[in-house]
Amino acid sequence: MSVGEQRIGPMHGAGGEVMGRLLADHVLPKFALRSAGAVDLDALDDGATLALPEGEMVVTTDAHVVKPLFFPGGDIGRLAACGMVNDLAVMGARPVACTLAMVIEEGFSIRDLDRLLTSCAQVLEETGTALVAGDTKVMGRGELDGVVLSTTGIGVARRVIRDSGVRPGDELLVTGPIGDHGMALVAARDDFHLQSDLLSDVAPLWSLLAEVLEETHVTAMKDPTRGGLAAALNEMARKSGVGLEIDGPSIPLRPQVTALADLLGLDPLQSACEGRAVLAVRQEDVEKALALLHGHPSGREAAVIGRATEHKPGRVVLCTEVGGRRLLDMPLGDPLPRIC
Amino acid sequence: MKTDQESLRDPRLAQALAGALHRAAPRRPVRIVHVCGTHEITISAHGLRHLLPDKVTVLEGPGCPVCVTSTVELDQAVRLATQGVAVCTFGDMMRVPGTELTLDQARSQGAPVHTVLSAADAVELARRSPGQEVVFFAVGFETTAPGTAAVLVDDPPDNFSVLCSHKLIPPAVEYLLDMPGTELDGLLAPGHVSTVIGAKAYVDLVRRHQVPVVVGGFEPLDVLYALVLLVRQMADGEAKVENAYPRAVAWEGNGQAQELMRRAFHVCDASWRGIGEIPASGLSLRTELSQWDAAMKYEIQGEQGQEVAPGCRCADVLVARAVPADCPLFGVGCTPLSPVGPCMVGAEGACAVWYRHGERPVV
Repeated sequence: MSVGEQRIGPMHGAGGEVMGRLLADHVLPKFALRSAGAVDLDALDDGATLALPEGEMVVTTDAHVVKPLFFPGGDIGRLAACGMVNDLAVMGARPVACTLAMVIEEGFSIRDLDRLLTSCAQVLEETGTALVAGDTKVMGRGELDGVVLSTTGIGVARRVIRDSGVRPGDELLVTGPIGDHGMALVAARDDFHLQSDLLSDVAPLWSLLAEVLEETHVTAMKDPTRGGLAAALNEMARKSGVGLEIDGPSIPLRPQVTALADLLGLDPLQSACEGRAVLAVRQEDVEKALALLHGHPSGREAAVIGRATEHKPGRVVLCTEVGGRRLLDMPLGDPLPRIC
Repeated sequence: MKTDQESLRDPRLAQALAGALHRAAPRRPVRIVHVCGTHEITISAHGLRHLLPDKVTVLEGPGCPVCVTSTVELDQAVRLATQGVAVCTFGDMMRVPGTELTLDQARSQGAPVHTVLSAADAVELARRSPGQEVVFFAVGFETTAPGTAAVLVDDPPDNFSVLCSHKLIPPAVEYLLDMPGTELDGLLAPGHVSTVIGAKAYVDLVRRHQVPVVVGGFEPLDVLYALVLLVRQMADGEAKVENAYPRAVAWEGNGQAQELMRRAFHVCDASWRGIGEIPASGLSLRTELSQWDAAMKYEIQGEQGQEVAPGCRCADVLVARAVPADCPLFGVGCTPLSPVGPCMVGAEGACAVWYRHGERPVV
């Protein structure tokens, strides 16, 4: 801890002049988009108003408690923005506006706060999402581990995509390698004494998915966050009442992810992603969907991983690379705490 | 170029080995036991049972060190922790049910329980906090015992001691073979344990019981190859030790590790959860190291422990008389979230592996 560094104190969350200064100097200027209606963020009123384009409004909310706060490939600020944008995106919604609540531990470095807010703001700007409301609270030293960020996102969907819409015959795609985020965090945690060049995949999905949604018949979508691909597929199978047959060798996995998972006895298919989506697409559209994904910088490693059948509804069967078959079960929960 | 791992998962070679297995398998039903959680994970995670001939059954025996650690020993560790002694152990042990509490629950109540990756981490903790008594709850087979031995013979600090629950694989296998109702035709011997004790460690056992033994590695092709060698011995009416994992296992084993174990431990009788007492199947600290023996230091008394809950078939699963799906509680009253028996707790326990990898028949 360097002496003289600016740090968060109890007054920063007390709603008075000190908090006002923090917002004016360190928060508001970072966010380029602060308006999505008549009453905007700069008004610092009790709420904001939204003038939404036509379509079904989609709302999502998340609290982010990741450890460590700064991890290879991202930080909690980027995660809080992506988590929100991606939940909207896999519902088929273009993100429009969001709110951000920060709960900060007393003594937290203001320079670190600047860093994570800058990452958050970058994603919001990139995805055209306005920050329209927020809240700042401070908790005592030791009452909280650094910072908790909570985001609520509002988006608009022309056609809402559910995770329950898979139909027999649909093909399943993933937009990129699986499990990077979870394993990058494992590698970054001191208690495991590991070194790795693996980066989290944390990234916003909307621009990747927008064109696919426009051009092809997507029947279902999900982002494989906690519980990884295994959880996402099981949820899709159960809710849709179809069986899923997954071709193990087709699932894109980075060698570092496989190696770390093997080393720690974890299943890479249960490891979280924060910048991937699983899509179910009508069979006739699969080539087109794949080509569109491959044409986008964050979809170059997209792959078809299996298909839906009428058999064994609610179940996911994994065909392994050596020709074995087994059920890919719903994980109990993510094997690692505090990954998002 | 393919990595080693890729070439040991080559689908064409896997199909060829599966073919060899079908051709070599005897016409009668045969039961092969392995005693290693990692073997079960390979078999389940890669769906290898799908490739086996109908008449060949592969079962997990007492292969999960966490599962076979007796309740008595676990209760001792819990008691030490609740008395304020820092108890360090492997993550797997945290959720194993004791008579009243798990170590995890003790920690939630404020007891100083730490997860470590090795005995050396526990020594490190003891050195960092000289005023705190630190106990390493040492579980595991011949694979982890040398790590415990290494810190014991290296003059650890006075505030460090070991609650020793290490167990030995060959006596357990021999006990299994003698047991009525197990009817085992072959042993897929554990690769990790064998790197330490060597393939030669099974020679006496083979001579006494006339049962084929093949040491196997942990990639899918390693396991399939070892199974081919096993069924060939069965078909030919042979019983010998073969090493199908020579890239890691030497006939003589690891002399340095064996020497460390000799310097730190002597062999004792040990209680295995769900099985009972097996003669000469455990390790305890040598007398000259007793200052680091938690059992001496804290005058630990034998506690009364309930070994297996009513309805739970872990005792049969642990001796390969049943598979997890035979148990009425499997996946219903007993899941990894609320485990009833030890085989559902340890990540290498047969029930936990079956549950996690959906190892149920796929039609």
